[in-house]
Amino acid sequence: MARVLLAGELARRFIGKDIEVKVAARNVRHLYSLLDEMYPGMGEVFGSRSLAVSIDGEIVADAFLEPLQDDTEVVFLPAIRGG
Amino acid sequence: MTYDNENLKVVGTRPVRPDGADKVTGRANFGADFSMPQQLIGKVLRSPHPHARIVSIDTSKAEALPGVKAVMVGEDMIAMAHEMSQSGESAIDVHDLSLNVLARGKVLYDGHAVAAVAATSAVIADDALDLIDVTYDVLPHVSDVDEAMKPDAPVLHEDMFTAGMDEKPATASNIASRMEMALGDVEEGFKKADIVIERSYKTKAVHQGYIEPHAVVANFAEDGTATVWCSSQGHFAIRDLCAKLLGMDSSAIRVTPAEIGGGFGGKTTVYLEPLAIALSKKAGRPVKMTMTRAEVFRATGPTPATSLDVKIGVTNDGQIVAAEADFRFNAGAFKGSPVGAACMSAFTPYTLENVKVVGYDVVTNACKSGAYRAPGAPNGAFAVESALDELAHMLNMDPLDFRHQNGAEAGTKAVYGATFREIGCKDVLVAAKNHPHYKSNLGPNQGRGVASGFWFNIGGQSNAAVNVHEDGTVTVVEGNPDIGGTRAAMAMMAAEVLGIPFEKVQVVVADTASIGHTDVTGGSRVTFATGMAVTQAAEDVVRQLKERAAATMELDPEEVVWQDGVAHPTKGEAKPLSLADIAGDAARTGGIIVGRSSINAKGAGPSFATHICDVEVDPETGRIEILRYTAVQDVGKAIHPSYVEGQMQGGAVQGIGWALNEEYVYNEDGILENPGFLDYRMPVASDLPMIDTVLVEVANPSHPFGVRGVGEAPLVPPLAAVVNAIQDATGIRMTELPVSPVKMLEALEANQKQAAE
Repeated sequence: MARVLLAGELARRFIGKDIEVKVAARNVRHLYSLLDEMYPGMGEVFGSRSLAVSIDGEIVADAFLEPLQDDTEVVFLPAIRGG
Repeated sequence: MTYDNENLKVVGTRPVRPDGADKVTGRANFGADFSMPQQLIGKVLRSPHPHARIVSIDTSKAEALPGVKAVMVGEDMIAMAHEMSQSGESAIDVHDLSLNVLARGKVLYDGHAVAAVAATSAVIADDALDLIDVTYDVLPHVSDVDEAMKPDAPVLHEDMFTAGMDEKPATASNIASRMEMALGDVEEGFKKADIVIERSYKTKAVHQGYIEPHAVVANFAEDGTATVWCSSQGHFAIRDLCAKLLGMDSSAIRVTPAEIGGGFGGKTTVYLEPLAIALSKKAGRPVKMTMTRAEVFRATGPTPATSLDVKIGVTNDGQIVAAEADFRFNAGAFKGSPVGAACMSAFTPYTLENVKVVGYDVVTNACKSGAYRAPGAPNGAFAVESALDELAHMLNMDPLDFRHQNGAEAGTKAVYGATFREIGCKDVLVAAKNHPHYKSNLGPNQGRGVASGFWFNIGGQSNAAVNVHEDGTVTVVEGNPDIGGTRAAMAMMAAEVLGIPFEKVQVVVADTASIGHTDVTGGSRVTFATGMAVTQAAEDVVRQLKERAAATMELDPEEVVWQDGVAHPTKGEAKPLSLADIAGDAARTGGIIVGRSSINAKGAGPSFATHICDVEVDPETGRIEILRYTAVQDVGKAIHPSYVEGQMQGGAVQGIGWALNEEYVYNEDGILENPGFLDYRMPVASDLPMIDTVLVEVANPSHPFGVRGVGEAPLVPPLAAVVNAIQDATGIRMTELPVSPVKMLEALEANQKQAAE
């Protein structure tokens, strides 16, 4: 199961504190769906594309089909704008 | 597929850049060089007030002026709801963007666009602007970020309620959002500290300072399509933003990229382009618009001014046990400063168990801020690296050793939660420590400073096609305007994969109709992501070449190997076939060979940089001279080392300007007082020594050649490196940028006075 860190604004809004959850998701799109079931409304945040995803330390802007392996570290962070 | 460093023949060499001759002989066509028959000249009327309600706009006299063909005001634009629209790698609020392109209801800064005209000559267009009668109700204004956060500050947007709070605030304010990120427990961490320092810093808004002003030609046709020629960092983003703001289909707008005379992040959005299309539609003729330098300064995005607090605790043996920061970013008239990136990057060169960063995105009556190389990171690093330098002095530790002891490495968890894989942070610090510069002696009034910096680097969407011609030459087609020598890098990677000479490869940056969507030239992504697409497209070509050769040799493709541009059979007596041989017969073996790739690249390895700066401070005048400067950076793999060095030198120079001279000066009336290069002082060649560079190559395992982005990290360390050197030379810690001679002299005199007492 993927290790998903929910922190910052996302955690504050939906959970009230930073937590790490384990989610049996096949890929990032599936993860979004499962997290939305666990925390209704969170899917809307993912839909806004305001967040990037870090998968085992690699930052990906849009990663619907990115497979998630057992013990994969998933972190959501504000989308980064380069210059 | 990855390529073994030992066997590279083209990658890592230094061929002459393919666009170099055109650029040094003046043949290259930049934005303002393009013209069309029957074109009109477009001009923009700009607000003389920092904050005012628009009571009325009377354009009748302007419209009646002979030669004027179109006039437009904000109400001619489509009303947009607040909606985040994807623009390349980031989202933009199209409501705010539309209001920035042309004001409605209120003007929010000196220089805000109020109306636009198109006329048969520039003189008539200027006269028409004079005839537009705007009645303003001038409102109180606020330009400073800390002042704008106060409860009694004039509010810019009555519908703005701070996001990121536990409960929605009852009243509107200028604080667009608050964000917080943390690891561990900072309060517990500070209890373990032997030394704790708390410091505050300020930086001013600085402009990207590109030499080429914004320029566009637009031609709206009777069939509802528009063709646009302009200079930008990403013509696909220009197309999509114009389509959104004007209610057009993306397919109805074709944008052809001009050469770009500098962007540095500042040409990743639209200013003139939607106006030129709309004016062309109204007038029925092409419209050309070019900003003056004053317009560039007044109305295009500088980097935010910032106010920064840092608190760091260390043990006596030099271990950082807790770190905390509070960053307030001046976004200008509309939300969207890069405070998030500052929060995520400022402490990231270090392994910290306890860290907490809070950031505020704040609007003021100043020009809407824009992206500028590593947006947000130089500001945050200035504060953190200044405080770390002070701590190293207090601990009596070498500042590089102090950083190395606490440095990030594989397995370090950054404050934004991600765990690093292979990174070169400590390798860079070691290379800096071993550099002869760091061991050299200093004279009187001279000092040395060091600072480190981090930038994420990004991947994103890129497309490439590789067309093989009958004579064995190749054209690479891609979609990123060439800012830092990326045509050369693309050609080199294609040549390496194909096994042919660099000179046999041409690179074309295609328009929006001729190659698939490609994200902007920004985020240090092009050599990484588009380079990956070009590599894959070239590999697609090799696959097809092997298939054709195998069919000719009557072998299976697996029985053919590709080496140095030639297909060799692994069995039988068939004659090897070169790329030119196979291409020459392509028409008779299945048609011309084209390789393609469309990717959303991931795995952009982060970049770390450490800079060493020597200064001499003139005690009589306060003038600060940069004596010697060395930039050390983990670059992954340098495809063309000269252009990587150029990126590092350019970033260092821009950071030196930020540290010593550059600033937006808004007067008490909220008017920008220095919108020109005479009064906005940027470093020039005669101000500086040659910037030395050290390329540390810790390969990025996610890229076929090991590339990491290099364009932004070099602007992160210089601000603190310069200020730390000033401290070493004078014993004075400067906390507000820029450290102009006047400011330095005042500090020297105050220091002398204090010493005398």
